[in-house]
Amino acid sequence: MLEVGGLQVDYGAIRAVRDVSFEVADGELVTLLGANGAGKSSTLMCIAGALRASAGSIRLADHDVTSARPEAMVRLGMATVPETRDVFPDLTVAENLQLGAYSRRRDVAGVAEDQARMFEMFGVLAERADQAAGTLSGGEQQMLVIARALMSRPRVLLLDEPSLGLAPTIVDRIFEMIAALKASGLTILLVEQNASKALSVADRAYVMRLGRIEAEGSAAEIAAATDLKALYLAG
Amino acid sequence: MTTFLQFLIDVLSLGGAYALMALGLVIVYGILRLVNFAYGELIMVAGYSMYLMSGSGLPWLAMAAVAVLMAVAAGIATDYVAFRPVRAKSVTAVLITSFAFSALLQNAALLFISPRPRNVPLPEIFSETVQFAGVITPVRNLITIAAALVLLALFSWLMRRTVIGIAMRAAATNFTMARMLGVPANLIISTAFAISGLLAGVVAMLWIGRIGAVVPGIGLEPLLIAFIATVIGGMRSLQGAVLGGFLLAFIDTTLNFTLPQDLLKFRDAFTFSLVILILLWRPEGLVKGPASGQRT
Repeated sequence: MLEVGGLQVDYGAIRAVRDVSFEVADGELVTLLGANGAGKSSTLMCIAGALRASAGSIRLADHDVTSARPEAMVRLGMATVPETRDVFPDLTVAENLQLGAYSRRRDVAGVAEDQARMFEMFGVLAERADQAAGTLSGGEQQMLVIARALMSRPRVLLLDEPSLGLAPTIVDRIFEMIAALKASGLTILLVEQNASKALSVADRAYVMRLGRIEAEGSAAEIAAATDLKALYLAG
Repeated sequence: MTTFLQFLIDVLSLGGAYALMALGLVIVYGILRLVNFAYGELIMVAGYSMYLMSGSGLPWLAMAAVAVLMAVAAGIATDYVAFRPVRAKSVTAVLITSFAFSALLQNAALLFISPRPRNVPLPEIFSETVQFAGVITPVRNLITIAAALVLLALFSWLMRRTVIGIAMRAAATNFTMARMLGVPANLIISTAFAISGLLAGVVAMLWIGRIGAVVPGIGLEPLLIAFIATVIGGMRSLQGAVLGGFLLAFIDTTLNFTLPQDLLKFRDAFTFSLVILILLWRPEGLVKGPASGQRT
């Protein structure tokens, strides 16, 4: 479904991602682990089209999307939840959700149906539908950005640090939800620093360090490899 | 009471025009974080369109509609000519290209039309006055108030109730995130320029209606007014721009009513002093914009 080959990302003179290759099969949940600054988010934002790749290729469902714009990626079935948890703070919860469905805005009935589904899945969002998104708590905002990403009916979901800065009980809920999304057949690429949580839901994992992929394997293998823990638990 | 009513009509009509000018500038600034210095020329384009159509025998409203459309087209052209080719490169480049486009349009008017004022057709009603409750006022002022109300209501509806409007508000907060939801950057920016052109076109009809003529530099004063109104209102807020427009009009009108005759020619100095005071008190303007927001 998603294939990344030899990816390189530079910020001016600083090389954040070097020769990164990996793939995510249809319906698979793959996690990218690594300490802070390992290049995980840069890799993800580059796939989403928000950063330019200096070299390498990205393929999504047999389309070459290496230099595609972010808005084109959405039309090809990809949705991204960046780590900065970017709700539009002065838009209402409902407006945020509506924007998530921008790529299929002509399907008014379908969008309304999905919004109802999101409100069912995330009860707290329904209660606050007409409230400005900036007034939500951190956990609620995280649910809103995930719900908003799902409004485009993606085939591939990129999730960047969904547990960042959230209370443990909220983190548990978010990961339950990620497991449920995977069970529904969604292909997911999950970037996480919380390795044990990520490995508990993932099929396979890649470990990044200083911009490179240092190890890969099934979630069980990576979890069992004690020599790797220093790499990805450092952050 | 009569004086008060007179004052109120003056503030609302001047403020309505100022608010529309400011809104046209801030709609683009909010999304691109860049001031379109060619904004005043959109007003000039609408003015010269009226002049060029003056012998055509069309009804005034038809001419005005065409002139407003020309301003919209000029707005979109600003995006394609001055902004889009250099947008991703540097802020300085866009500043210079927008100045250059402004100079180009002004000089085209100087060269192909004339440096001297050209009369534009005005409808009869613009020179009529009405009297009610003891107040005599030009009908033009009432038309300005009505036009401002209609446009502000329309604008507010567009920004709150349509998907493109919501997308524009989102893009003004976080352009990259909006794009990652599938909102096309170019469409949003061109729409902002088109709205800017529409507001400039309508302002041109009202503004030139006061003078009855158009010169190549006609856009300078509206640009300055729009800029000051957005600065005091808050550069990143649409409500702020409207508030700033009315506040500036309130200051101007108050000074007109209260300054002694021999000080009146220094009115702008008083206005700007007050603007400086407001900025010392609220450096970010009266209304704060959305919390985050990086330039893209």
